[in-house]
Amino acid sequence: MEQLKTVPITFYIRRFDPETDEEPQVRPYLLQVEKGMTVLDCLHRIKEEQDQSLAFRFSCRMGVCGSCAMLINGRPMLACNSQTLDLTDSVLTVAALPNFNIIRDLVPDLVPMFDVHQRVKPYIIRKDALEMETPSSEYFQSPHQLEEFLQFTYCIKCGVCMAACPTMATDRQYPGPMPLTQIYRYNTDSRDDGGGERKDLAAKSRGVFGCHYAGECSNACPKGVDPARAIQLLKRDLVRDYLNLGKAHPCAKTHPLPSDVERKPRIEAPPFTAGV
Amino acid sequence: MTKQFDNHLGIIGWLGGGRWGIERYLYIIHRVAGLGVLLFFMMHIFESSVRVFGPDRWNAAMNFLDSPFFKLGEFVVYCGFAFHALNGLRLILIELGFAVGKAEEPVYPYRSSIDVQRPLMIVVMVMAAVVILAGGMNIFVLD
Repeated sequence: MEQLKTVPITFYIRRFDPETDEEPQVRPYLLQVEKGMTVLDCLHRIKEEQDQSLAFRFSCRMGVCGSCAMLINGRPMLACNSQTLDLTDSVLTVAALPNFNIIRDLVPDLVPMFDVHQRVKPYIIRKDALEMETPSSEYFQSPHQLEEFLQFTYCIKCGVCMAACPTMATDRQYPGPMPLTQIYRYNTDSRDDGGGERKDLAAKSRGVFGCHYAGECSNACPKGVDPARAIQLLKRDLVRDYLNLGKAHPCAKTHPLPSDVERKPRIEAPPFTAGV
Repeated sequence: MTKQFDNHLGIIGWLGGGRWGIERYLYIIHRVAGLGVLLFFMMHIFESSVRVFGPDRWNAAMNFLDSPFFKLGEFVVYCGFAFHALNGLRLILIELGFAVGKAEEPVYPYRSSIDVQRPLMIVVMVMAAVVILAGGMNIFVLD
């Protein structure tokens, strides 16, 4: 079998050990890289062959989980989704995502992002609590209504947009592109009735209007979610709401429950089948 | 809690993103131009207030400001104003959702709202260039 051609690449990795370092330090690692190796593959090989203390986060290895986001050649991206030889033929810099604290080496602390995400209430909120807690059937939603927010459901919460955002770099009160996108995603969902509960976070002085459309979040997003678009559309909706110009969209309905049907009936568990 | 390193970029986060889209450069220039025009307004109020000290002080101040250096400064302020005003109109249109398009299925290679608004950005930048050139003619040639 023909042996794959390898290219020597020097990885300059920004390391930080909280037990010994006051500041991150850049360390070089020379690696023979084959065609097809992602940056994540290279980090694994460095860890296996050169330095077992190198810490980085990963899980799915196929651009779905969003764990391995890092700053590669000065640009935030997913390490598993980046072909090394497409990025460089000699030198590659790797560092932890900016605008987050560093826990160790390439591992950022994403807890503040998920805290804000939780405050956004990223789930369907209904005024009819009975239907929300004990649903009788699916909610009506047309394909057109789905298209209005579908793009923003592809977000994998990797933090790349937060690292790319220049407003995030200077304003720690700013919620960031990901949570704001999720506000728009749920506010626009025709099944949702909780826009009012999310308005405080979105419309506050350092909320959605902290965005000045640098567009980096959309340029950097590995899933094509386009947070910049969601944020501008959210601004438009807030302005319309403030000026009472928007049309009120009634929340999606369900099939009416027949009178002889029990809501959320108790389903008997199957009989014990030990030994089968 | 284990020690963590604060990796927020700060002001470098504005200036250090120079390898991406042109809108990021516009974002930086818009902010700097806005701060510059604000600084000019404050200096202008200070300069105008010299009148209260009498005609001699006022004439002295006008003589001091009547130099090529301040003429260039006037042009720089004018450039900042023209850019900030026109780019601000672009941002208002975008922030009211007029130029970013509708949500669409992300299909690789992704096309974002940045691409949708780009024609508007080009038109606005051409208009800014024309306005700046006309102002420059007025300040340096016709004046």
